[in-house]
Amino acid sequence: MNRAISYIKTFALWELLRGLSLTFRNFWRKPVTLNYPEEKTPQSPRFRGLHALRRYPNGEERCIACKLCEAVCPALAITIDSEVGEDGTRRTTRYDIDLFKCIYCGFCEEACPVDAIVETRIHEYHMERPGENIMTKDKLLAIGDRYDAMISADKAADAAYK
Amino acid sequence: MSAILEAWNALPPTVQYVSTVTFKIGLVTIGVILTVAFSTYFERKVIGSMQSRVGPNRVGPMGLGQPFADVIKLLVKEIVVPAESNRFLFVIAPLLSLIPALAAWAVIPLDDTFVIADINAGLLYVLALTSVGVYGVILAGWATNSKYAFLGAMRSAAQIVAYEIAMGFALVGVLMAAGSLNLGDIVRAQEGGVWNWFLIWLFPLFVVYWISGVAETNRAPFDVAEGESEIVAGFHVEYSGVAFAIFFLAEYANMVLISALTAIFFLGGWASPFEGLTFLAFIGEIPGIGWIYNGGFPWLFLKIAFFMYTFFWMRATFPRYRYDQIMRLGWKVFIPVTIVWIAVEAVLAWFKIGPWAA
Repeated sequence: MNRAISYIKTFALWELLRGLSLTFRNFWRKPVTLNYPEEKTPQSPRFRGLHALRRYPNGEERCIACKLCEAVCPALAITIDSEVGEDGTRRTTRYDIDLFKCIYCGFCEEACPVDAIVETRIHEYHMERPGENIMTKDKLLAIGDRYDAMISADKAADAAYK
Repeated sequence: MSAILEAWNALPPTVQYVSTVTFKIGLVTIGVILTVAFSTYFERKVIGSMQSRVGPNRVGPMGLGQPFADVIKLLVKEIVVPAESNRFLFVIAPLLSLIPALAAWAVIPLDDTFVIADINAGLLYVLALTSVGVYGVILAGWATNSKYAFLGAMRSAAQIVAYEIAMGFALVGVLMAAGSLNLGDIVRAQEGGVWNWFLIWLFPLFVVYWISGVAETNRAPFDVAEGESEIVAGFHVEYSGVAFAIFFLAEYANMVLISALTAIFFLGGWASPFEGLTFLAFIGEIPGIGWIYNGGFPWLFLKIAFFMYTFFWMRATFPRYRYDQIMRLGWKVFIPVTIVWIAVEAVLAWFKIGPWAA
Protein backbone atom coordinates (compact mmCIF):
# COMPACT_ATOMS: atom_id res chain seq x y z
CA MET A 1 0.00 0.00 0.00
CA ASN A 2 2.76 2.39 1.03
CA ARG A 3 4.55 1.45 -2.11
CA ALA A 4 1.52 2.40 -4.18
CA ILE A 5 1.20 5.75 -2.39
CA SER A 6 4.86 6.47 -2.95
CA TYR A 7 4.46 5.66 -6.66
CA ILE A 8 1.49 7.99 -6.95
CA LYS A 9 3.39 10.74 -5.17
CA THR A 10 6.39 10.27 -7.46
CA PHE A 11 4.34 10.49 -10.63
CA ALA A 12 2.33 13.45 -9.36
CA LEU A 13 5.71 15.20 -8.76
CA TRP A 14 4.44 15.79 -5.22
CA GLU A 15 7.74 16.72 -3.59
CA LEU A 16 8.81 18.87 -6.51
CA LEU A 17 5.53 20.79 -6.32
CA ARG A 18 6.01 21.33 -2.59
CA GLY A 19 9.45 22.76 -3.28
CA LEU A 20 8.04 25.02 -5.98
CA SER A 21 5.29 26.25 -3.68
CA LEU A 22 7.88 27.18 -1.05
CA THR A 23 9.85 29.32 -3.47
CA PHE A 24 6.63 30.79 -4.81
CA ARG A 25 5.57 31.90 -1.33
CA ASN A 26 8.99 33.48 -0.83
CA PHE A 27 8.62 35.24 -4.18
CA TRP A 28 5.95 37.48 -2.64
CA ARG A 29 7.91 38.25 0.50
CA LYS A 30 9.44 41.68 0.88
CA PRO A 31 13.16 41.66 0.07
CA VAL A 32 15.41 42.02 3.09
CA THR A 33 17.99 43.91 1.04
CA LEU A 34 19.28 47.23 2.33
CA ASN A 35 20.16 49.50 -0.60
CA TYR A 36 23.47 50.45 0.96
CA PRO A 37 24.54 53.87 -0.25
CA GLU A 38 20.97 55.17 0.07
CA GLU A 39 19.96 53.25 3.18
CA LYS A 40 22.17 52.43 6.16
CA THR A 41 21.87 50.25 9.21
CA PRO A 42 21.71 52.00 12.61
CA GLN A 43 25.08 52.34 14.38
CA SER A 44 26.01 52.05 18.03
CA PRO A 45 27.83 54.92 19.77
CA ARG A 46 30.49 52.28 20.47
CA PHE A 47 31.13 51.72 16.76
CA ARG A 48 34.86 51.29 16.13
CA GLY A 49 35.82 52.93 12.88
CA LEU A 50 38.50 55.38 11.81
CA HIS A 51 40.69 56.79 14.61
CA ALA A 52 40.88 60.37 15.84
CA LEU A 53 42.99 62.32 18.37
CA ARG A 54 41.02 64.69 20.57
CA ARG A 55 41.76 68.09 22.14
CA TYR A 56 40.60 69.77 25.31
CA PRO A 57 38.07 72.57 24.81
CA ASN A 58 40.89 75.11 25.17
CA GLY A 59 42.65 73.63 22.15
CA GLU A 60 45.33 71.75 24.04
CA GLU A 61 46.09 68.21 22.84
CA ARG A 62 44.82 65.56 25.21
CA CYS A 63 47.57 63.08 24.41
CA ILE A 64 50.34 62.98 27.03
CA ALA A 65 52.54 60.44 25.20
CA CYS A 66 52.17 57.78 27.92
CA LYS A 67 52.43 55.13 25.18
CA LEU A 68 49.87 52.85 26.82
CA CYS A 69 48.08 52.53 23.50
CA GLU A 70 51.30 51.62 21.75
CA ALA A 71 51.96 48.97 24.39
CA VAL A 72 48.45 47.48 24.32
CA CYS A 73 48.07 47.46 20.56
CA PRO A 74 47.91 43.74 19.59
CA ALA A 75 48.73 44.48 15.93
CA LEU A 76 51.66 46.84 16.65
CA ALA A 77 49.94 49.43 14.50
CA ILE A 78 50.79 52.48 16.67
CA THR A 79 54.21 54.21 16.64
CA ILE A 80 54.86 57.09 19.08
CA ASP A 81 57.89 59.41 19.52
CA SER A 82 57.81 61.98 22.30
CA GLU A 83 59.77 64.89 23.82
CA VAL A 84 59.35 67.44 26.55
CA GLY A 85 57.61 70.52 25.21
CA GLU A 86 58.31 74.22 25.90
CA ASP A 87 55.85 74.30 28.80
CA GLY A 88 57.54 71.32 30.46
CA THR A 89 54.85 68.79 29.56
CA ARG A 90 55.48 65.60 27.66
CA ARG A 91 54.08 65.70 24.11
CA THR A 92 54.15 63.42 21.08
CA THR A 93 56.23 64.46 18.09
CA ARG A 94 54.98 61.52 16.09
CA TYR A 95 51.80 59.53 16.44
CA ASP A 96 51.29 57.11 13.52
CA ILE A 97 48.60 54.48 13.11
CA ASP A 98 49.04 52.04 10.26
CA LEU A 99 45.47 51.34 9.12
CA PHE A 100 46.58 48.19 7.28
CA LYS A 101 47.89 46.72 10.54
CA CYS A 102 45.06 47.98 12.72
CA ILE A 103 42.40 45.41 13.59
CA TYR A 104 39.97 47.98 15.05
CA CYS A 105 39.84 46.19 18.43
CA GLY A 106 39.45 49.44 20.39
CA PHE A 107 42.11 48.56 22.98
CA CYS A 108 43.93 51.87 22.42
CA GLU A 109 40.75 53.73 23.22
CA GLU A 110 40.25 51.72 26.41
CA ALA A 111 43.86 52.04 27.49
CA CYS A 112 43.99 55.82 27.08
CA PRO A 113 43.86 57.56 30.50
CA VAL A 114 42.89 60.93 29.00
CA ASP A 115 40.46 59.83 26.25
CA ALA A 116 42.82 61.21 23.61
CA ILE A 117 42.75 58.42 21.01
CA VAL A 118 39.23 57.36 20.05
CA GLU A 119 37.63 55.37 17.30
CA THR A 120 34.88 57.25 15.52
CA ARG A 121 31.87 56.03 13.58
CA ILE A 122 33.54 56.89 10.27
CA HIS A 123 33.78 53.69 8.27
CA GLU A 124 33.54 54.91 4.68
CA TYR A 125 37.10 55.86 3.72
CA HIS A 126 39.66 54.61 1.27
CA MET A 127 43.29 54.97 0.24
CA GLU A 128 44.42 55.64 -3.29
CA ARG A 129 48.20 55.76 -3.02
CA PRO A 130 50.82 53.80 -1.03
CA GLY A 131 51.51 55.55 2.26
CA GLU A 132 48.02 56.92 2.69
CA ASN A 133 47.35 54.05 5.05
CA ILE A 134 49.59 55.73 7.67
CA MET A 135 47.46 58.07 9.76
CA THR A 136 49.84 60.73 11.02
CA LYS A 137 49.30 62.90 14.06
CA ASP A 138 48.13 65.81 11.92
CA LYS A 139 45.55 63.74 10.11
CA LEU A 140 44.27 62.21 13.34
CA LEU A 141 43.97 65.62 15.01
CA ALA A 142 42.18 66.98 11.95
CA ILE A 143 39.60 64.19 12.14
CA GLY A 144 39.20 64.86 15.87
CA ASP A 145 38.61 68.56 15.24
CA ARG A 146 36.22 68.01 12.42
CA TYR A 147 34.03 65.40 14.10
CA ASP A 148 34.37 66.74 17.65
CA ALA A 149 30.61 67.12 18.12
CA MET A 150 29.91 63.55 17.03
CA ILE A 151 32.71 62.09 19.15
CA SER A 152 31.66 64.02 22.26
CA ALA A 153 28.05 62.94 21.84
CA ASP A 154 29.07 59.29 21.45
CA LYS A 155 31.30 59.45 24.54
CA ALA A 156 28.50 61.05 26.55
CA ALA A 157 26.04 58.39 25.40
CA ASP A 158 28.37 55.63 26.50
CA ALA A 159 29.70 57.28 29.67
CA ALA A 160 27.23 55.55 31.99
CA TYR A 161 28.63 52.11 31.09
CA LYS A 162 32.32 52.91 31.54
CA MET B 1 1.59 57.41 -49.36
CA SER B 2 -0.07 56.29 -52.60
CA ALA B 3 3.18 57.02 -54.47
CA ILE B 4 5.01 54.57 -52.22
CA LEU B 5 2.27 52.00 -52.77
CA GLU B 6 2.52 52.44 -56.53
CA ALA B 7 6.29 52.03 -56.47
CA TRP B 8 5.80 48.87 -54.40
CA ASN B 9 3.23 47.43 -56.80
CA ALA B 10 5.54 48.14 -59.73
CA LEU B 11 8.20 45.81 -58.28
CA PRO B 12 8.40 42.26 -59.67
CA PRO B 13 6.56 39.72 -57.45
CA THR B 14 9.79 37.91 -56.58
CA VAL B 15 11.32 41.09 -55.22
CA GLN B 16 8.13 41.83 -53.30
CA TYR B 17 8.13 38.35 -51.80
CA VAL B 18 11.82 38.39 -50.87
CA SER B 19 11.63 41.81 -49.26
CA THR B 20 8.46 40.94 -47.30
CA VAL B 21 10.00 37.75 -45.97
CA THR B 22 13.27 39.49 -45.15
CA PHE B 23 11.33 42.14 -43.27
CA LYS B 24 9.42 39.47 -41.34
CA ILE B 25 12.65 37.63 -40.52
CA GLY B 26 14.22 40.84 -39.26
CA LEU B 27 11.16 41.60 -37.16
CA VAL B 28 11.07 38.16 -35.53
CA THR B 29 14.84 38.02 -34.99
CA ILE B 30 14.96 41.42 -33.35
CA GLY B 31 11.93 40.49 -31.27
CA VAL B 32 13.55 37.26 -30.10
CA ILE B 33 16.86 38.96 -29.31
CA LEU B 34 15.11 41.70 -27.31
CA THR B 35 13.10 39.05 -25.47
CA VAL B 36 16.33 37.24 -24.70
CA ALA B 37 17.96 40.44 -23.43
CA PHE B 38 15.11 41.21 -21.10
CA SER B 39 14.65 37.63 -19.98
CA THR B 40 18.16 37.74 -18.48
CA TYR B 41 16.97 40.74 -16.47
CA PHE B 42 13.67 39.01 -15.70
CA GLU B 43 15.55 35.92 -14.51
CA ARG B 44 17.75 37.84 -12.11
CA LYS B 45 14.75 39.73 -10.74
CA VAL B 46 12.64 36.59 -10.30
CA ILE B 47 15.39 34.57 -8.66
CA GLY B 48 16.25 37.59 -6.54
CA SER B 49 12.69 37.87 -5.29
CA MET B 50 12.59 34.17 -4.49
CA GLN B 51 15.71 34.62 -2.39
CA SER B 52 14.36 37.77 -0.69
CA ARG B 53 16.76 39.99 -2.60
CA VAL B 54 15.95 42.82 -5.00
CA GLY B 55 18.03 41.80 -8.02
CA PRO B 56 19.64 44.31 -10.39
CA ASN B 57 18.46 47.87 -9.72
CA ARG B 58 21.43 50.12 -10.54
CA VAL B 59 21.41 50.63 -14.33
CA GLY B 60 18.53 52.80 -15.45
CA PRO B 61 15.07 52.86 -13.85
CA MET B 62 14.50 49.64 -11.87
CA GLY B 63 17.70 48.26 -13.39
CA LEU B 64 16.09 47.94 -16.82
CA GLY B 65 19.34 48.98 -18.52
CA GLN B 66 21.15 45.99 -17.04
CA PRO B 67 20.94 43.76 -20.17
CA PHE B 68 22.48 46.51 -22.30
CA ALA B 69 25.24 47.10 -19.78
CA ASP B 70 25.98 43.35 -19.84
CA VAL B 71 26.03 43.27 -23.63
CA ILE B 72 28.40 46.25 -23.87
CA LYS B 73 30.68 44.69 -21.29
CA LEU B 74 30.85 41.42 -23.22
CA LEU B 75 31.34 43.16 -26.58
CA VAL B 76 34.41 45.09 -25.50
CA LYS B 77 36.11 42.09 -23.90
CA GLU B 78 38.86 40.19 -25.66
CA ILE B 79 38.19 36.78 -27.21
CA VAL B 80 40.91 34.45 -26.03
CA VAL B 81 41.49 31.43 -28.28
CA PRO B 82 43.40 28.69 -26.46
CA ALA B 83 46.69 27.78 -28.18
CA GLU B 84 45.98 24.04 -28.34
CA SER B 85 42.43 24.44 -29.61
CA ASN B 86 41.01 23.83 -33.06
CA ARG B 87 40.56 27.43 -34.18
CA PHE B 88 37.97 26.84 -36.88
CA LEU B 89 35.67 24.72 -34.72
CA PHE B 90 36.25 26.96 -31.74
CA VAL B 91 34.93 29.97 -33.61
CA ILE B 92 32.11 28.19 -35.43
CA ALA B 93 30.69 26.35 -32.39
CA PRO B 94 28.88 29.34 -30.81
CA LEU B 95 27.29 30.14 -34.17
CA LEU B 96 26.18 26.51 -34.54
CA SER B 97 24.30 26.77 -31.28
CA LEU B 98 22.75 30.18 -31.97
CA ILE B 99 21.62 29.80 -35.59
CA PRO B 100 19.28 26.80 -35.07
CA ALA B 101 17.73 28.51 -32.05
CA LEU B 102 16.85 31.52 -34.21
CA ALA B 103 16.06 29.57 -37.41
CA ALA B 104 13.42 27.48 -35.64
CA TRP B 105 11.32 30.63 -35.29
CA ALA B 106 10.61 30.45 -39.03
CA VAL B 107 7.77 28.00 -38.48
CA ILE B 108 6.42 29.36 -35.18
CA PRO B 109 2.99 30.92 -35.80
CA LEU B 110 2.79 34.12 -33.78
CA ASP B 111 -0.92 34.49 -34.48
CA ASP B 112 -3.50 33.21 -36.92
CA THR B 113 -1.87 34.89 -39.92
CA PHE B 114 1.74 35.76 -39.04
CA VAL B 115 4.19 32.96 -39.71
CA ILE B 116 7.36 33.31 -41.78
CA ALA B 117 7.22 29.86 -43.40
CA ASP B 118 3.86 28.09 -43.25
CA ILE B 119 5.24 24.64 -44.06
CA ASN B 120 3.45 21.35 -43.45
CA ALA B 121 6.44 19.61 -41.88
CA GLY B 122 6.87 22.35 -39.28
CA LEU B 123 7.09 19.97 -36.34
CA LEU B 124 9.79 17.88 -38.00
CA TYR B 125 11.71 21.04 -38.88
CA VAL B 126 11.61 22.15 -35.24
CA LEU B 127 12.76 18.73 -34.01
CA ALA B 128 15.61 18.72 -36.55
CA LEU B 129 16.81 22.20 -35.65
CA THR B 130 16.70 21.68 -31.89
CA SER B 131 18.86 18.58 -32.44
CA VAL B 132 21.37 20.51 -34.55
CA GLY B 133 21.78 22.98 -31.69
CA VAL B 134 23.48 20.24 -29.69
CA TYR B 135 26.38 20.21 -32.12
CA GLY B 136 27.33 23.69 -30.98
CA VAL B 137 27.77 22.44 -27.44
CA ILE B 138 29.59 19.26 -28.46
CA LEU B 139 31.93 21.02 -30.90
CA ALA B 140 32.66 23.77 -28.38
CA GLY B 141 33.69 21.16 -25.84
CA TRP B 142 35.78 19.27 -28.38
CA ALA B 143 37.46 22.27 -30.03
CA THR B 144 38.50 23.83 -26.73
CA ASN B 145 40.79 20.85 -26.04
CA SER B 146 40.31 21.07 -22.31
CA LYS B 147 39.32 18.34 -19.83
CA TYR B 148 36.44 20.30 -18.31
CA ALA B 149 34.99 21.44 -21.59
CA PHE B 150 35.23 17.91 -22.96
CA LEU B 151 33.46 16.45 -19.92
CA GLY B 152 30.74 19.07 -20.26
CA ALA B 153 30.27 18.26 -23.94
CA MET B 154 30.11 14.51 -23.26
CA ARG B 155 27.50 14.98 -20.59
CA SER B 156 25.48 17.28 -22.76
CA ALA B 157 25.61 14.88 -25.72
CA ALA B 158 24.39 11.90 -23.70
CA GLN B 159 21.73 13.94 -21.94
CA ILE B 160 20.32 15.47 -25.08
CA VAL B 161 20.22 12.15 -26.92
CA ALA B 162 18.25 10.68 -24.00
CA TYR B 163 15.75 13.49 -23.75
CA GLU B 164 15.34 14.01 -27.47
CA ILE B 165 13.65 10.61 -27.65
CA ALA B 166 11.16 11.36 -24.87
CA MET B 167 10.52 14.73 -26.47
CA GLY B 168 9.92 13.16 -29.86
CA PHE B 169 7.46 10.65 -28.39
CA ALA B 170 5.61 13.42 -26.58
CA LEU B 171 5.28 15.21 -29.91
CA VAL B 172 3.99 12.03 -31.53
CA GLY B 173 1.11 12.30 -29.07
CA VAL B 174 0.53 15.91 -30.09
CA LEU B 175 0.44 15.14 -33.78
CA MET B 176 -1.91 12.19 -33.16
CA ALA B 177 -4.28 14.59 -31.42
CA ALA B 178 -3.93 17.39 -33.97
CA GLY B 179 -3.66 15.27 -37.09
CA SER B 180 -1.11 17.64 -38.59
CA LEU B 181 2.57 18.53 -38.49
CA ASN B 182 1.87 22.17 -39.30
CA LEU B 183 2.22 24.24 -36.13
CA GLY B 184 -0.58 26.59 -37.20
CA ASP B 185 -2.94 23.64 -37.68
CA ILE B 186 -1.91 22.21 -34.31
CA VAL B 187 -3.01 25.46 -32.68
CA ARG B 188 -6.22 25.58 -34.75
CA ALA B 189 -7.05 22.05 -33.54
CA GLN B 190 -7.02 23.44 -29.99
CA GLU B 191 -9.24 26.45 -30.61
CA GLY B 192 -12.65 26.81 -29.04
CA GLY B 193 -11.92 27.14 -25.33
CA VAL B 194 -9.62 26.01 -22.62
CA TRP B 195 -11.10 22.47 -22.52
CA ASN B 196 -9.91 21.90 -26.07
CA TRP B 197 -6.28 22.50 -25.22
CA PHE B 198 -4.11 19.40 -25.46
CA LEU B 199 -2.93 20.18 -21.94
CA ILE B 200 -5.94 18.33 -20.57
CA TRP B 201 -5.97 15.09 -22.56
CA LEU B 202 -2.22 14.92 -23.00
CA PHE B 203 -1.27 16.04 -19.50
CA PRO B 204 1.45 13.37 -18.95
CA LEU B 205 2.94 14.22 -22.33
CA PHE B 206 2.88 17.91 -21.43
CA VAL B 207 4.84 17.24 -18.23
CA VAL B 208 7.31 15.02 -20.06
CA TYR B 209 7.73 17.54 -22.89
CA TRP B 210 8.28 20.42 -20.52
CA ILE B 211 10.83 18.62 -18.35
CA SER B 212 12.62 17.29 -21.45
CA GLY B 213 12.63 20.83 -22.78
CA VAL B 214 14.36 22.06 -19.64
CA ALA B 215 16.89 19.25 -19.98
CA GLU B 216 17.34 20.00 -23.68
CA THR B 217 18.25 23.63 -23.01
CA ASN B 218 20.76 22.56 -20.32
CA ARG B 219 19.01 24.64 -17.68
CA ALA B 220 18.86 23.97 -13.96
CA PRO B 221 18.18 21.38 -12.56
CA PHE B 222 19.63 19.62 -15.63
CA ASP B 223 22.63 21.91 -16.13
CA VAL B 224 25.29 19.21 -15.72
CA ALA B 225 26.88 20.36 -18.99
CA GLU B 226 27.83 23.58 -17.22
CA GLY B 227 27.91 22.29 -13.67
CA GLU B 228 29.92 25.16 -12.24
CA SER B 229 30.56 23.34 -8.96
CA GLU B 230 32.03 20.30 -10.70
CA ILE B 231 33.49 21.25 -14.08
CA VAL B 232 33.81 25.04 -13.79
CA ALA B 233 31.64 26.15 -16.74
CA GLY B 234 31.60 22.98 -18.81
CA PHE B 235 31.70 23.39 -22.56
CA HIS B 236 32.15 27.17 -22.56
CA VAL B 237 34.91 27.30 -19.96
CA GLU B 238 37.43 28.85 -22.40
CA TYR B 239 35.03 31.19 -24.16
CA SER B 240 35.10 34.91 -23.45
CA GLY B 241 33.75 38.14 -24.84
CA VAL B 242 31.45 37.96 -27.85
CA ALA B 243 31.88 34.21 -28.28
CA PHE B 244 30.58 33.66 -24.76
CA ALA B 245 27.81 36.18 -25.34
CA ILE B 246 26.64 34.14 -28.33
CA PHE B 247 26.45 30.97 -26.23
CA PHE B 248 24.51 32.92 -23.65
CA LEU B 249 22.19 34.29 -26.31
CA ALA B 250 21.70 30.79 -27.76
CA GLU B 251 20.83 29.33 -24.37
CA TYR B 252 18.18 31.95 -23.71
CA ALA B 253 16.88 31.88 -27.30
CA ASN B 254 16.44 28.12 -26.85
CA MET B 255 14.55 28.72 -23.62
CA VAL B 256 12.20 31.17 -25.34
CA LEU B 257 11.80 28.69 -28.18
CA ILE B 258 10.95 25.78 -25.88
CA SER B 259 8.48 28.02 -24.03
CA ALA B 260 6.85 29.02 -27.31
CA LEU B 261 6.68 25.41 -28.51
CA THR B 262 5.16 24.20 -25.24
CA ALA B 263 2.57 26.98 -25.49
CA ILE B 264 1.79 26.01 -29.09
CA PHE B 265 1.66 22.25 -28.57
CA PHE B 266 -0.22 22.10 -25.28
CA LEU B 267 -1.66 25.51 -24.38
CA GLY B 268 -3.25 26.52 -27.64
CA GLY B 269 -0.61 28.99 -28.85
CA TRP B 270 -2.27 32.29 -29.64
CA ALA B 271 -5.76 31.00 -28.75
CA SER B 272 -7.62 32.68 -25.92
CA PRO B 273 -8.70 30.56 -22.93
CA PHE B 274 -12.06 32.41 -22.84
CA GLU B 275 -13.04 31.53 -26.40
CA GLY B 276 -15.70 28.97 -25.51
CA LEU B 277 -17.39 31.17 -22.89
CA THR B 278 -19.97 32.83 -25.13
CA PHE B 279 -21.28 35.15 -22.38
CA LEU B 280 -17.89 36.94 -22.58
CA ALA B 281 -18.26 37.49 -26.32
CA PHE B 282 -18.84 41.24 -25.82
CA ILE B 283 -15.14 41.65 -24.88
CA GLY B 284 -14.25 40.58 -28.41
CA GLU B 285 -16.14 43.60 -29.77
CA ILE B 286 -14.13 46.17 -27.79
CA PRO B 287 -11.35 47.60 -29.98
CA GLY B 288 -7.90 47.38 -28.40
CA ILE B 289 -8.63 44.59 -25.94
CA GLY B 290 -10.59 42.36 -28.30
CA TRP B 291 -7.67 39.91 -28.29
CA ILE B 292 -8.59 38.88 -24.74
CA TYR B 293 -11.57 37.03 -26.18
CA ASN B 294 -10.59 36.48 -29.81
CA GLY B 295 -7.03 35.34 -29.18
CA GLY B 296 -3.93 36.76 -30.77
CA PHE B 297 -0.24 37.39 -30.28
CA PRO B 298 -0.59 38.82 -26.73
CA TRP B 299 -1.86 35.47 -25.50
CA LEU B 300 1.09 33.64 -27.01
CA PHE B 301 3.39 36.21 -25.42
CA LEU B 302 1.76 35.73 -22.01
CA LYS B 303 2.08 31.97 -22.29
CA ILE B 304 5.75 32.26 -23.27
CA ALA B 305 6.30 34.62 -20.32
CA PHE B 306 4.65 32.11 -18.00
CA PHE B 307 6.94 29.31 -19.13
CA MET B 308 10.01 31.55 -18.92
CA TYR B 309 8.96 32.31 -15.35
CA THR B 310 8.68 28.58 -14.70
CA PHE B 311 12.24 28.10 -16.04
CA PHE B 312 13.52 30.60 -13.50
CA TRP B 313 11.24 29.28 -10.80
CA MET B 314 12.65 25.79 -11.25
CA ARG B 315 16.17 27.15 -11.26
CA ALA B 316 15.54 28.89 -7.94
CA THR B 317 14.00 25.77 -6.41
CA PHE B 318 15.78 22.59 -7.41
CA PRO B 319 19.33 21.42 -6.81
CA ARG B 320 21.19 19.94 -9.76
CA TYR B 321 20.38 16.33 -10.66
CA ARG B 322 23.12 13.79 -10.31
CA TYR B 323 24.26 12.61 -13.71
CA ASP B 324 23.11 8.98 -13.41
CA GLN B 325 19.74 10.17 -12.10
CA ILE B 326 19.31 12.28 -15.22
CA MET B 327 19.97 9.24 -17.37
CA ARG B 328 17.59 7.10 -15.31
CA LEU B 329 14.84 9.72 -15.53
CA GLY B 330 15.23 10.10 -19.27
CA TRP B 331 15.50 6.45 -20.31
CA LYS B 332 13.61 4.55 -17.61
CA VAL B 333 10.81 6.97 -16.70
CA PHE B 334 10.01 9.40 -19.48
CA ILE B 335 10.21 7.07 -22.46
CA PRO B 336 7.92 4.42 -20.88
CA VAL B 337 5.49 7.13 -19.74
CA THR B 338 5.23 8.61 -23.21
CA ILE B 339 4.82 5.22 -24.88
CA VAL B 340 2.07 4.22 -22.43
CA TRP B 341 0.25 7.49 -23.02
CA ILE B 342 0.49 7.16 -26.78
CA ALA B 343 -1.21 3.76 -26.38
CA VAL B 344 -3.90 5.31 -24.15
CA GLU B 345 -4.39 8.02 -26.74
CA ALA B 346 -4.75 5.45 -29.49
CA VAL B 347 -7.51 3.74 -27.48
CA LEU B 348 -9.24 7.09 -26.88
CA ALA B 349 -9.04 7.91 -30.58
CA TRP B 350 -10.35 4.48 -31.55
CA PHE B 351 -13.41 4.85 -29.33
CA LYS B 352 -13.79 8.53 -30.28
CA ILE B 353 -13.50 9.93 -26.76
CA GLY B 354 -12.43 13.48 -25.86
CA PRO B 355 -10.89 15.56 -28.65
CA TRP B 356 -11.56 12.77 -31.16
CA ALA B 357 -15.32 12.79 -30.50
CA ALA B 358 -16.22 14.72 -33.66
